[in-house]
Amino acid sequence: MHGHRGDGLGERRPSRRVVPLLLFAALTVMTLDASSGDGSPLDAARTVVGNVVGPVETATADAVRPFSDVSGFVQSNKALRAEIARLRARNDRLESQVATSGVDRQRLQELDGLTRVARDTGYSLVAARVVARGPSQSFSHTVTIDAGSSSGVRADMTVLNNQGLVGRVTRVTRTTATVLLIVDRDSVVGGRLGSNLEIGFLQGRGEEDDRGRLDLDLVDNTVMPARGDAVVTWGSTDGVPYVAGIPIGRVEAVFSSPRESSRQAVIRPFVDFTALDAVGVVVPAGTDGDRELLTSGRQQ
Amino acid sequence: MTAVRWAGLAALVVAATVAQAVVFPYVAVEGVVPNLALVVVVVAAFSRGPEFAAVLGFCAGLLLDLAPPADHVAGRWALALVLVGYLAGRVRRDARSSTVTAVLVVGACSFVGTSVYALSGLVLQDAAPDAGSMIQVIAISVLWDLLLAPLLVPALLRVFDRLRPQRIESRIGH
Repeated sequence: MHGHRGDGLGERRPSRRVVPLLLFAALTVMTLDASSGDGSPLDAARTVVGNVVGPVETATADAVRPFSDVSGFVQSNKALRAEIARLRARNDRLESQVATSGVDRQRLQELDGLTRVARDTGYSLVAARVVARGPSQSFSHTVTIDAGSSSGVRADMTVLNNQGLVGRVTRVTRTTATVLLIVDRDSVVGGRLGSNLEIGFLQGRGEEDDRGRLDLDLVDNTVMPARGDAVVTWGSTDGVPYVAGIPIGRVEAVFSSPRESSRQAVIRPFVDFTALDAVGVVVPAGTDGDRELLTSGRQQ
Repeated sequence: MTAVRWAGLAALVVAATVAQAVVFPYVAVEGVVPNLALVVVVVAAFSRGPEFAAVLGFCAGLLLDLAPPADHVAGRWALALVLVGYLAGRVRRDARSSTVTAVLVVGACSFVGTSVYALSGLVLQDAAPDAGSMIQVIAISVLWDLLLAPLLVPALLRVFDRLRPQRIESRIGH
């Protein structure tokens, strides 16, 4: 207790009151938020903070993105070398634009993929990019995307990319939305086996890297899922929270124990969650927003 | 001048939170990123004591809880960082004596903060991990913070000492 002699009393006494008060405040916030479920009083605060921090996150993500894709740049550099040489001779300033063209090209490719998904599935999509990721320390697997209510995005909308199902929107601010990834432990998706149309529920395991897997519980325990069988979303009424027919993953292994009432299959998701960038949010056709919709009707 | 100081503090905390969510995921290990907001709170405790750091910890924690992409029960990081700020403030005399001690205190605080957060999830049954991944995540996050502490602590200490209002200094002088 060196503190008694070290610090003056004037500095120590307030801390005795302030720290318990703050601990109590934190516990109150937790209780309020945890007990009220939907329509938590903290949601207003979340929206306010999201509206302020969201644009900052988007701007920061835009600023750091060119530096993040060094490997992509190196790959496409070969094809661009001749072009770069010509441009360098002409203009130094143009050269810097070429340096970021790897990123732009990749983005274009992903957006092309999204347009294809929109055409194949018939759903209208709002294109968005991932700007922030929740850390593993928070033990929930969420990302922020740079499209929000101003683009027509609402809570409980399906989010996908050109590989398959990504997750669903949980919260929306004006310019950003929070997406719960399907690999999160709290995420449950209704799925349908591609070969025999049997239905089941997929739950995440809380890992999003190469080991990221989903557990599929089939409703009918007489059905034997085959390895390599594809699983697509089952879809719920009005497509909330998941629309039907979006590919989720492939059956990797099947377990069944006599004690359990249902068979369990392990699903490897199609989406690479560590490299999420361009995603599409499924919105009702004809949604009015500040972003152009990718739809099945429009060619391009 | 005080308003400017508070704005500076707020900018520092927001920058730490945003960097943690936007920039560091590119270099994340198993999805774990350095907890910059926690380091800021610990250094605030070194510079200004437990009371101030607990307040800053509450605000920074609440920002972590509310800013997208957070989706857990709000108040969990706030609780963890209030404790971290208070504990770091209690040992600040030792921590300021040498950089090595300061770095070790950051590591210990990172362990306490991440553990309190994880355990609060178990109590609330909200985004609760299994024990194996919990230990792994806590270990990586402590290593991250230990790695960055030698760079961040001296720089942040200078910032906080500069942001310290005059009257506190005169009180310590008694």
